[in-house]
Amino acid sequence: MALGLEANLGDTVITTKLDEVINWGRQYSLWPFVFGTACCAIEFMSAAASQHDISRFGAEVVRFSPRQADLLLVCGTVTYKQAPVLKRIYEQMPDPKWVVSVGACACSGGIYDNYSTVQGIDSIIPVDIYISGCPPRPEAILDALIKLQDQIKGESVLVDRHKDFKGILD
Amino acid sequence: MNATALEKIRAAFPDATCSQVLNYVVVDVQPEKLQDTLTRLKNDQDFNCGLLLDVTAIDYLDYPTPQGARFRVVYTIKNWQDNLLVQVRALVSDPEAGVPSAVPLWDSARWGERETYDQYGINFQGHPDLRRILNHCQFEGHPLRKDYPIDKRQVLYETDSLEPQIRARLADKGIDEATMKDINTEVMYLNLGPSHPATHGAIRILTALDGETILANVNEIGYLHRGFEKTAEQRTYNQIVPLTDRLNYCSSMINNIAYVKAVESWLGIQITERAQFMRVVLTEFYRILDHLVCLAAALVDMGGLTNYWYLYNEKEAAYDFISRLTGARLTSSFTRIGGMYRDFYDGWKEDLERQLVDIEKGFGDALKLVQTNRIVHDRTQGVCVLPAETALSYGLTGPTLRASGVAYDMRKDAPYYNYEAFDFDVPIGTKGDVYDRFMIRFEEMVQSVRILRQVMKMIPEGPVNIKDSQVVLPEKAQVYNNIEGLANHFKLIFEGVKTPPGEWYDSFEAANGELGFHFVSDGSGRPYKLKVRPPCFYVMGAFHKMVEGNMIADAIINLSCINIIGGELDR
Ligand code: SF4
Repeated sequence: MALGLEANLGDTVITTKLDEVINWGRQYSLWPFVFGTACCAIEFMSAAASQHDISRFGAEVVRFSPRQADLLLVCGTVTYKQAPVLKRIYEQMPDPKWVVSVGACACSGGIYDNYSTVQGIDSIIPVDIYISGCPPRPEAILDALIKLQDQIKGESVLVDRHKDFKGILD
Repeated sequence: MNATALEKIRAAFPDATCSQVLNYVVVDVQPEKLQDTLTRLKNDQDFNCGLLLDVTAIDYLDYPTPQGARFRVVYTIKNWQDNLLVQVRALVSDPEAGVPSAVPLWDSARWGERETYDQYGINFQGHPDLRRILNHCQFEGHPLRKDYPIDKRQVLYETDSLEPQIRARLADKGIDEATMKDINTEVMYLNLGPSHPATHGAIRILTALDGETILANVNEIGYLHRGFEKTAEQRTYNQIVPLTDRLNYCSSMINNIAYVKAVESWLGIQITERAQFMRVVLTEFYRILDHLVCLAAALVDMGGLTNYWYLYNEKEAAYDFISRLTGARLTSSFTRIGGMYRDFYDGWKEDLERQLVDIEKGFGDALKLVQTNRIVHDRTQGVCVLPAETALSYGLTGPTLRASGVAYDMRKDAPYYNYEAFDFDVPIGTKGDVYDRFMIRFEEMVQSVRILRQVMKMIPEGPVNIKDSQVVLPEKAQVYNNIEGLANHFKLIFEGVKTPPGEWYDSFEAANGELGFHFVSDGSGRPYKLKVRPPCFYVMGAFHKMVEGNMIADAIINLSCINIIGGELDR
C-alpha cells in the first residue's frame, strides 16, 4: 500500500530514487562487446550457445561495435602488441561501462610470463570483475555477470567511477 | 622414406654432409651453396620437393657443443608424393649478412623467413618484404635469441600503417592511382580488424578497394604472439603438454598427441597398442570438433545463425564426454610422453557412440540447410579460388590444400598409429573455392566418424603407458611406499624426461593440416629450442591470393572457412 505522497497520486505513479530506477534498467540490459583473443573466447561461445544461454541474464545482445556496448568482456591473452587496440576499444565505449576480465590470461598473464604478454589487463584499463580459470567454465562467466549486476545496483549515476585511472599506456 | 633416398641425395650433393635423422634426410651445406641446393631439390625430378614446410633458425649461444657458428638456418621441405622429407641447413656466422632468400622458389618462404628474421634477426638477402611479423614493428631485439631475457617486456604504442606494403601490392598488380583518378574513381582503403567480429580473434586485414572489389590486400598478424616457443625452453618436456593445448584450442587434444609423438619418436619409444588406438580415437573425435566450430562460426558469418545452434550444440554435448575423460572441457592436457594420462573410463564406448549419433544428426541437419541452398551456393561457388600450384607454393596443407585438389593427407601418405589399417577416404575439392573448403570439412567429419567406428571395434585391451622408469612416472603406490619410487618420481618431475642431444622434426596430420614440431635438445630435460610448424600460419600467408579480385564480403567468409586459430597462428 502506498504511503505519503504516493497515496495522493494513486496507482499510476510510483516514486523511487533516480539511482535505483536507472540501475535497475542498466543491470538487466547489459550489451556485451566480446574482446575475444584466444581460448577463453571459445568458452564465451559456449556461454552464449543454447545450453548455458546468456540471454537468461539479459546480456545476449552481443555488439560488435564498442560504440553500442556497455560491457567489455576481455576473453583471452592480451599481448603488448594488442594492448593499444584494447585501450582504443575501451575508450570508444560510451559511459557508463564495465569491464570483466575473463580467465587467467586477462587477469594476470596466466601461464605466459614472458616478453610479449601483458601481465593483467588492469595495467591498461580499469577492471570491475575478475574471473579465474584457464579457461573459466561458462557458469563462471554467468556468475561474473550476476556479480556485476549486484555491483551496478549499488552504484550512483552521479559518480564518475574511473576518473583517476592511469595505465601503462596513459 | 627408403634408404636409397639418402644415397641419392648424397650422390647428388657430394660437397654437402648428408645424414639420416628419424625417417628423413638432413643436408648440411655451406651458406653459399644453400640456394643452389634448395633449387635442385625443388626442381630436380628425382627429388621434386614442392612443399616448403617451414623455415627456422637455431641460436647456439648457450649450446654445450660448439657448432662452428652462432646461428644456423633450417629449411624443411617435402616431396609429398613420395613422402620424402629433407631438411637443408646452413651455418650463419654473420646474421646481418645472412643467407639468400628462398622466396623465388617457394612463396611460403615469404612468411617463414620473415618470422625467422623477426625472432632471430637473420637477414635473408633478396627477400622482397623482410620485416617483423609476430612482434610489434617497434619491438627492439630478437626474442628467441638466447641473450634476449624472457621477461624483458616492451610497452608499445604505435600501429603499423602498412601503407608502403599496400601501395607496393597495388603497384605489383599494375594499378595506377593516377589513372583511377582520371576515370573519376579512387582507391578506398579499409581495415578489417584487428578487432572485428569476422576475424574470430585478432588479425588485421587491410584492403584496397575499388567499390566493393578488393584490389589489393595485406595482412598483419602477431596480435596473439604470447611467446610459446620461448616459454617452452624453460619447461620440462611434459610441462609443455599444457602449453600445446593452447595452440589450436579448438582441437587441443590433437596438439597434445602430435607433440608427444614428436618427442617419443626421438626417444625411440614405441607406445603400447592401446595407447595408439586411444590416440586415433581422440584425434578423430577432435578433428570433428574442430570442423564443427569452424563451420558453425563460418555459417554465422554468412548469416545462418540456425546452423550455429545445430553445430555448436554438438560441440557443447561433446564436452560431457571430454570432461568425464580428461577433467577439463577445453584444455585437455591428456597425453604424457610414453602414453596417456590415464585409460578410458568404463562405458566410454557407449558414450562415444551416443555422441557420434548426435554429431551425425547435428551436421546432417546443418548440411540440409546449406547443401542445396541457392544463397549459400551463390556466395561460395567460384569465390576466392586458390589453384593447386599456388596452394602448394604457399605451403598449404590439410583441408585447405585438399580443397584445391591436392590429395595429400599424412594419414594416407605417411601413416602412423595404424592409419593404414582403417578404411577411409580423403575428400578433395575440384575448384579450390570457398564452397570446396566448406564441403571438405563436412565430408571429413563423415570420414572421421567412419574411422572412429572401426577403431572402437579394433581397440585392444592392455596398458596405456609403457614401462620405462626414465620416461613414465611410477605408480602412486610405489611413490608412497618405497624410496626408489619416490626418488624416481622426484627426478622425473624436477629434471624432466631427458632426451639425447640432437635436432629433429616430426609432424602430424592435425585438423588444419600438417602440425610439425622442430626440436633441439642439449641432452637435458628441457628443450633447447622448440619450434612449431603451425598449419594455419601458411594458410594465412596465402590469404591475399584468395581474396584479391573478389568482393569485400567474400573476404569475410573466406577467412572463416580457412579456420584461422590465433593461438596457433601467432603462438
Ligand atoms: S586463460 Fe587459459 S584458456 Fe584463457 S586465454 Fe589464457 S591460456 Fe587460454
